[in-house]
Amino acid sequence: MENQHSIDRTQRVITIRGLYKSFGALKVLQGIDLDVFKGENVVVLGRSGTGKSVLIKIIAGLLPPDKGRVDVLGKEVDTISEDELRALRLKLGFSFQSSALYDSMSIRENLEFPMIRNLPKATRSEVDKMVKETLDAVGLLDKIDRMPAELSGGQRKRIGIARTLMLKPEIMLYDEPTAGLDPVTCIEINNLINEVQERYNTSAIIITHDLACAKATGDRIVMLLEGKVAKGGTFEEVFTSDDPEVKNFYNYNFIE
Amino acid sequence: MPCSIHSFQFKTNSLKDETLKKPGIKDRLEDLFTGIYDAYRFILRFLKQAVRPPFDFQEIIRQCYEIGYKSLPLITLTGFVTGIVFTKQSRPSLVVFGATSWLPSLIAIAMVRALAPLVTALICAGKVGSNIGAELGSMKVTEQIDAMEVSAARPFKFLVVTRIIASTFMIPVLAMYCAFVGLLGSFLNVHQNEKTSFVTFFADAFEQISFLDLGTSLVKAFSFGFTIGVVACYKGFNAAQGTQGVGKAANTSVVISMFLIFIEELVIVQVSNWIRYF
Repeated sequence: MENQHSIDRTQRVITIRGLYKSFGALKVLQGIDLDVFKGENVVVLGRSGTGKSVLIKIIAGLLPPDKGRVDVLGKEVDTISEDELRALRLKLGFSFQSSALYDSMSIRENLEFPMIRNLPKATRSEVDKMVKETLDAVGLLDKIDRMPAELSGGQRKRIGIARTLMLKPEIMLYDEPTAGLDPVTCIEINNLINEVQERYNTSAIIITHDLACAKATGDRIVMLLEGKVAKGGTFEEVFTSDDPEVKNFYNYNFIE
Repeated sequence: MPCSIHSFQFKTNSLKDETLKKPGIKDRLEDLFTGIYDAYRFILRFLKQAVRPPFDFQEIIRQCYEIGYKSLPLITLTGFVTGIVFTKQSRPSLVVFGATSWLPSLIAIAMVRALAPLVTALICAGKVGSNIGAELGSMKVTEQIDAMEVSAARPFKFLVVTRIIASTFMIPVLAMYCAFVGLLGSFLNVHQNEKTSFVTFFADAFEQISFLDLGTSLVKAFSFGFTIGVVACYKGFNAAQGTQGVGKAANTSVVISMFLIFIEELVIVQVSNWIRYF
């Protein structure tokens, strides 16, 4: 499924300016500038260790930046209060590379958890209805009473995405959504990302080094090299680049 | 790219030299004081969150069940055996003076003042502390805590506050239970040897127990419970990446809890003695 949806280029949902992050002597991000517009899916590509996951963890307020500014829906993530950050996070969906399902809870409880914690006044029937609708949307309603350990990698990814959708986020952050999955499941996940975009009208940052995923889901590709944005544009623009570093990256992805 | 095996070997050796370099005293002291400051901030965060609504009563009750009820078999066995063994070991000394009638009060004082809170705390530091450290550590390294954080589910309140509260309130209950079971064990041994009745044994036992003894014992148990909860949650919640971090969190939870329990025992006994003889 190709991504076809409207992007509002006048409204920025994420603005990043001069972002730096180091871990000890290891410099990970070295001056990132990035804008994400409403309704846009931005794919961030790059080799392992270039700081892709760190970037979205800073956006979600899980890591503090060393320098620079990150605005999400008009709020500067690093300076807002704890309560404001919680309110902002209700509008963010974060799909983890490892799915990060709560392994002591059933699938139903995994999906209920964010809703019960944030909407204590929701009735039992409202929560049940929402859980069933969301599981149906990712095609796993029949797994509702299973435990996470009983699911395959692809199913766990879907449940992880479903859990983020329980609070109807405006922005989705996907960390390596197709990592470790077989090609058929990868296509299913790519389709799901596009379905989520269309159904919930989300904007998204998709971190990956899977070119098929980038092509299928991205409106715009941003390539990170050595902690900086090396190249940006549509998939075709980036991958017709003569830049040897960029060429080196896609030559190893074995894609036509 | 040309890369000879020698240059590769050289690179790995220099990497080894850097990574295996042992930290000096200055680094260790810096780590120690940073750790103490972090733990202080962790406790402040707990105190702030514990009094701030919403309150997770259901989770607190679940944790009380996990920490309290599930520790009962081990506490029963340990308390009972401690009571019997302490009685058996004390008898020969008292027989010399013909003072075996003092056994109930001796055992009661020993169990209530010292043995029950200490034995319960040490057992729970091992069982509960390692369990909490491993559970939270595992959740940390598999990004489950981050997932709760980004879904605005207040993981600190849900995972940490509930466990510390449950541990603080369950250890005193278990300590009192341990004292009672220990006295029962002691009674069986005394009854077998001295033919003392149940009523006489417990009347003698409680005759020497004052409110100060009970109060000190409870203060100790609360303090031990709080320590076990805080240390285990702190270590688990801040576990380093990887499975090794989970093991380390569980292990250090037990070691640090036990160390602090002995320090607290010394301090509280000293303070209670000052009060007693003031």
